Parts: sequence; C-alpha cells; structure tokens
Amino acid sequence: MLSRVAESLFWIGRYVERAEDTARLLDVHFHEVLEDPTVDEGAACAVLLTVMGVPDDVASRHRDSQAVLELLGYDDAPNSIAGALVAARQNARGAREALSAEIWQCLNSTHNALPARVAAARDFGPAPFFSYVRECAATFAGHVEASMSRDASYDALVLGRSLERVDMTARLLAARLGTGVGDEGWTSTLRACSAHDAYLRTYQQGVDARRVLEFLLVDRLFPRSVFHALCAGEEALVRLDPASGRSALDESARRAIGRARTDLEFLSAATLLDDLVERLHGLQRTVSTVSEDVTRRLFTGSAPLHWRIEEPAT
Amino acid sequence: MGGLLDGYPRGPAYDEMFGADGLPHPHMRALYDALQLLTGEDLAQRAAARDRSFRDQGVTFSHAGEEWLFPLDLIPRLIPAAEWDVVEAGVVQRVRALEAFLADVYGPAEVVHDGVVPRTLLTTSATFCRPAHGIRPRNDVRIHLAGIDLVRDEAGVLRVLEDNLRVPSGMSYVVENRRTMARVFPGLFLEQQVRPVASYPGRLLDALRRSAPDGVNEPVVVLLSPGVYNPAYFEHAFLARKMGIELVEGRDLFCDEHVLYMRSLGGRQRVDVVYRRVNDDFLDPVHFRPDSVVGCPGLLNAARAGNVTIANAVGNGVADDKLTYSYVPALIEYYLGEKPLLSNVTTYRLDDPDVREECLERLDQLVVKPVDGSGGAGIVIGPSASDAELAAVRERVLAEPRAWIAQELVLLSTSPSQRDDRLLPRHIDLRPFAVNDGEQVHVLPGGLTRVALREGSLIVNSSQGGGSKDTWVLTSTPEPASEATGPPAFPAQAVRGTTPDRGPHDDQPQQ
Repeated sequence: MLSRVAESLFWIGRYVERAEDTARLLDVHFHEVLEDPTVDEGAACAVLLTVMGVPDDVASRHRDSQAVLELLGYDDAPNSIAGALVAARQNARGAREALSAEIWQCLNSTHNALPARVAAARDFGPAPFFSYVRECAATFAGHVEASMSRDASYDALVLGRSLERVDMTARLLAARLGTGVGDEGWTSTLRACSAHDAYLRTYQQGVDARRVLEFLLVDRLFPRSVFHALCAGEEALVRLDPASGRSALDESARRAIGRARTDLEFLSAATLLDDLVERLHGLQRTVSTVSEDVTRRLFTGSAPLHWRIEEPAT
Repeated sequence: MGGLLDGYPRGPAYDEMFGADGLPHPHMRALYDALQLLTGEDLAQRAAARDRSFRDQGVTFSHAGEEWLFPLDLIPRLIPAAEWDVVEAGVVQRVRALEAFLADVYGPAEVVHDGVVPRTLLTTSATFCRPAHGIRPRNDVRIHLAGIDLVRDEAGVLRVLEDNLRVPSGMSYVVENRRTMARVFPGLFLEQQVRPVASYPGRLLDALRRSAPDGVNEPVVVLLSPGVYNPAYFEHAFLARKMGIELVEGRDLFCDEHVLYMRSLGGRQRVDVVYRRVNDDFLDPVHFRPDSVVGCPGLLNAARAGNVTIANAVGNGVADDKLTYSYVPALIEYYLGEKPLLSNVTTYRLDDPDVREECLERLDQLVVKPVDGSGGAGIVIGPSASDAELAAVRERVLAEPRAWIAQELVLLSTSPSQRDDRLLPRHIDLRPFAVNDGEQVHVLPGGLTRVALREGSLIVNSSQGGGSKDTWVLTSTPEPASEATGPPAFPAQAVRGTTPDRGPHDDQPQQ
C-alpha cells in the first residue's frame, strides 16, 4: 500500500482515539466539578490543561470548565475533540479508496453532524456530546474490526490507535494524580475508561488507588490498559515492518515500544507507585519517539529521486 | 390533491415525458402513472432522504474550495430499448473511427495524405501532442474510456454534441445515482425493467488490465489524481475503491530508468498501468509544464519505452478538438466505410474566411465554442448573450479563428424535474460512457443525464449549477417475475434452521 495512505490511516487511528479519550477525560472532569462542591474548579482546570500539554499562557486564560470545554472540546485545532474528528475525516478523505464504505461513512457523517452537536452541547451541557463522540468512536472501531482486511492498512490504523491510547491513558492517570481526590475520583476514572465493571470482576473488591493504577497500567487482558495497548501497537509495528522483528537494535521505534512494554511487564505491584509521574511522562515520550520514527522510516517511502531530465528512450 | 404534473408548461423544446398530443410517450406511461400517486409533500420527503444519503456518503464535487453535493434530480430519465440500440451502435461506431484517427495521426497520417482532413487541423491543434508521436499502445487502445455527449433536438433526434476522449468524468455519479434512487424510490423500480449499471467500474478495470505492457500478466493498475482539491476527487476515490486499485498522486510516483514506481510501505513498487485523471499538460514536467507538481517526471518516457501504459493515452485531445468534431462523419466513412448512425449538430469552421464572415453576421443566432474547451467554459450562446459579449467573442474569433467553432443552436429536450413541490421542464443532455478493451467497445447501459436546474438554461455542467438524473435504459421484453417461475429465494428448511450449533437458548432440541 502507498506510504502516504498508510500515514493517513495511522493518523485516522490516532485522531479518532484522541477524540474519544479526550471526551472520556472531560467527562471525568465535569462529573467531578459538578458532583463534588469541594473541588477547586480553577485548580482542576489547571491540572487538566497541564496534563494535556496546553502551553501555560493559553492555560492561564482557561480557568473555568466552560473555557476548558471550548478549548479541548469544540475548538477546531486537532487537540480538541471536534478538531480531532475533523482531522480524522480530512485524512480519510485523502485515503478514501483504502477505507471501506462503512468506515468512510461513519467518519463523514460524524463530521457532518458536529456543528449541530457542538451547538446543542453549548446550549444543554456537554454530556450528550461526550456520549455521541464515544458512540461514533465505537461504531468506527466496530467497522474497522468487521470490514478491514488484516493487512498493512489495518496495522497502520491499529498502530496509530494504540499509541494514542497509551498517550491518553497516561494523561488520564496523570490528571487523576494531579487532582488527588479520594476513591470516588478513582471510580469515575474507571468509568471514564469503561473499565469499572471489568475492574470489579477482576479484583472482586472495592476501588482503591493502587489497584486502579495496576489495572489501567498493567492489566494483561483489559483492552484499554497501557500494557495491552503497547502490546497491540508493538505487534502492529512488527507486522508493518517485518525486518524490525529480526534486528530491533538499529531500529528505534521497535526498541522504544518494546522497552516500554517490558518495563511494565516486569513491574511488581509494590514498585508500581514509585516515580509514577515520571513513568507516565516516559510513556508519553515513548509515544512521540515511536510516532516520529515510524513516520520517518515507514511513511516517507523511497527517498525522492533528484529531478533530472531523462533522455527519451527510442 | 393537485397532481405533480398539473399545469406542466409546454415549451418549444421536445419533452421527454409528453408528446405533441399532450399525452405521455408510451415508454413513459408507467412512470407517469406512478408520479400521479405522489404529492408535493412526498416529493419533498424523498428529496430530504436523497440529501441525507448523499451527505453521509460524501457524494460531492469540489467547487471553489468547498464540497458541494452533486444535485440528483428525483425524476429519472427513461430510454426505451429500441432507441438505446441506436445510441449504442452509434457510439461504438464513433469510438472506433476516433481510435483509427488517433492511430493514424500519431503514425502515418494517411488521413492527411488522402485529403480527408487538412494538415492544418493537426499542425494548428493545441491538443495535438508531438511527444506522443510514435508511442504505440500494446493493444492499440488510446480511448480506454470515452464520454460522448448527446442532445435531443426539437424534432426529437439525438445528436452528438461533443466527444470526450481525454478524462471524461461522471461515471461515479451514474452508479451512485442508481443506488440512491433505489433507496429513495424503491417502488418505481419494481414496475420497470431497468438495465443495471453497477458493472461500470469493473468493465473499466478489465480494459485497463488488458492494456498492460507486454509480458505483464498481473498488472499493477493505479488511478492518478491531482488530489483532494480537484473538482472530480469524489469520482477518483470512488473509481479507485470500486476497482480496488491505489489512488495515487504525483508525489507518490517516481521514474527510474524508464520504469514507473510508487512509494509504498514495503519500498518501491512497480506500476504497469496508470489510469490518469490528470490533463496532458500536467502529466509530466519533463515534456509539458515544467512548473507542474501534479504529475511525475519521466512518466512519458516510461510509456514510450513500453514499460507503462497511460490511459487514456496522451494526445487524445486532438480527436476531441471541436474542429475535429466537424470532420467525424467524414472520418467514419473514411476509416470504417459506414454511414454515421448518429448525426452531428450543424457546425461551422471559422477558419474558413467565407464561413466565418457569414457566421459573424448572425452571431446572435449561433453558439460559439472554444475548440479545446471543456466543462462548458468559454461558450457563448448567441440568443442569450449581451451585445458586449457578442462583440467580445467576435474580437476573439477574428484574432484566432482556429480556436473557435460556431454551431446552430439546439434547443435541448426537456424532462420533468423537481422544483420544490412541483415538476417543471428542464433542459437535459446525455453522456453515455464507452469502454474500449481492445477487442470490443462496450457502451454501458445508460450514462449520465445532466440537467440544467435553472429555468430556461441550456448549460448542464455541474460547475455551472447543473445536476443529474438517473438514466434508465429499459429492456425490451419484461422478464416474468421471479417468484412465479424460479425457486423460492429462501428454501423453507434453511430458514427454520437445521444447523447444529445454535446455542443454549435455541428452542430446538440440542443435537
């Protein structure tokens, strides 16, 4: 498949995941601010914006939840929910022949409905908007699973989705650590990851911070855990670039993602909380390393030839 | 309840629904009866369903940087089988003659030596392509896909208005229109026997594969598009998807040692056939516009070396030049020894001084067209042009007579078209598509009927506010309904389920 199209698919995977996870993150934030009167709204907003990598000067102008929602929810930059969905659809438009009709139609009609959804969210509150975004992402994922051949196009998309999921889950956990509320908060974090039921079934006991972190970081079976996403991304990367499986040493993407995976794999429950903030930052750095490396090595195709006048053949 | 067709105005044009006696044409009777049952409100609801379907699927064309829905009129255009037979034979004949002409002018040029066309037709054509001289396609096909525009005149005669042999567009809308109509108006189809159109892209792919260079058994075919900002990008993506081939842009391609490659995930991948939707001028900066980044340097030399097939071939423009058009009846007789089955519109060559003088005197009655234009650009329709426009086109004709032709005005036939909750006559044309696979020229049943949605307008191009209609070619003998003769669609026992593994909640006993 074309390198350019593979790159588009990679970014479609990232943008849809980003939209979905940002909706999850904002959903948690809103519940907290609305449900708990003791929460300092300004401080919660500041933590959220920092974790999302919003520059300080911009963040200082968004100290209430409504402003945060405009910035991370409705803005047209690709770091907001709406902006990510627009960007996903733009990428899909340029790679339309590589997508099934269902996938294209899902992204296209989601995009078409955005202005009305955003307007309704401004008037009546954001909760239906968040669930709309999550439903669209679920529909998208369903069509991806059901209608795409397991070829390079699928792998590119899964790689993008997995990397973004690692990144966003790390941010979600960092935001939770930053606001530092009790078990209530951890429950809503689990809910935001659609992980509450799976968590209860796994541990069969109440919510506490250490177990939630363990579940969302290193659970082998839950698909939104960082470990699971790293494994999925690593597998997709190996299939995309079989040569990298043989000699990972001279290949930084494979090396970075593999190291992050093994770090988590052999982490004991006791040391899970040591240097956790640094660990979450490290995961984000891993994602950007892998993303850059994959772009450079896989998506640019053969190096462009020099422009030269050829002699006409006879 | 007022009928949708009550008070339908009759003008001087031939109407596709009603005859001169005010009654529906026989083949329109069933549709007419079906429309009698609809109200204006029904129509509006179905229009909304159509718009939703188009918007969700993104059936659009780009206009001035925005995506516009391609307007599909709800009322189909019907063509009876006997009439279609003539169209089909006439289009095949025309494509074969034009193929022979192209092979000749990029080869021995006997048509000039024999005095059928003047040498100046070629030497002065802006679309005659010298670098294409001597490139002989493996299966002698240069016109892989043709779109021949037809109009019906006041007397009801279908005439050829122009030939499109370079990058004719519209095939995707034919297929999408049919799908959408089947969703919006499922009932209408049940009463008619309409020939299907879904096989269009498959036919084209077959022709492209057969044109691959010598010795290539499993050719890699790609579609070359200028990219998402091109007005026809929807069509490019649609065709690539329906053919299952890569949609490439110039930046995805490169040539090395006269071989064409695309940049793919696994490194370079050789390309054998390029179905290009990029004009000649932009195809290869080595030979054409050096500032172009849309095409691929070296592509033409790769084709000349026989390593890649370019479809449609480079240089076809000389055969759909509108001055060449005026010679097509003569070319049919010269190359095929046959009488033309489809007539031209009466056309005047303005490079002849006497003809020019006569035409310039009655410019206000004629249509003046640039010979190498497309998409309706630059056309001046005498009766509706202002004095200033007429004066301007007169200047331009005098400055460069070879660049223009004049034609008698054809009042295009009209067809009932939806305007809010009524049906009103609007002018239409027809673009049937022909695919040449080297052995046979296939005319696909139907084609794109374009409709001028503004009252009285004769310009049907989408870039000028035109829309389209689903075009139904009727089969001559209605086949018996399948349930009367064939086996039932679902054998009874298969529906009841004898498969063993149906799970614990199945009310059948476990096996």
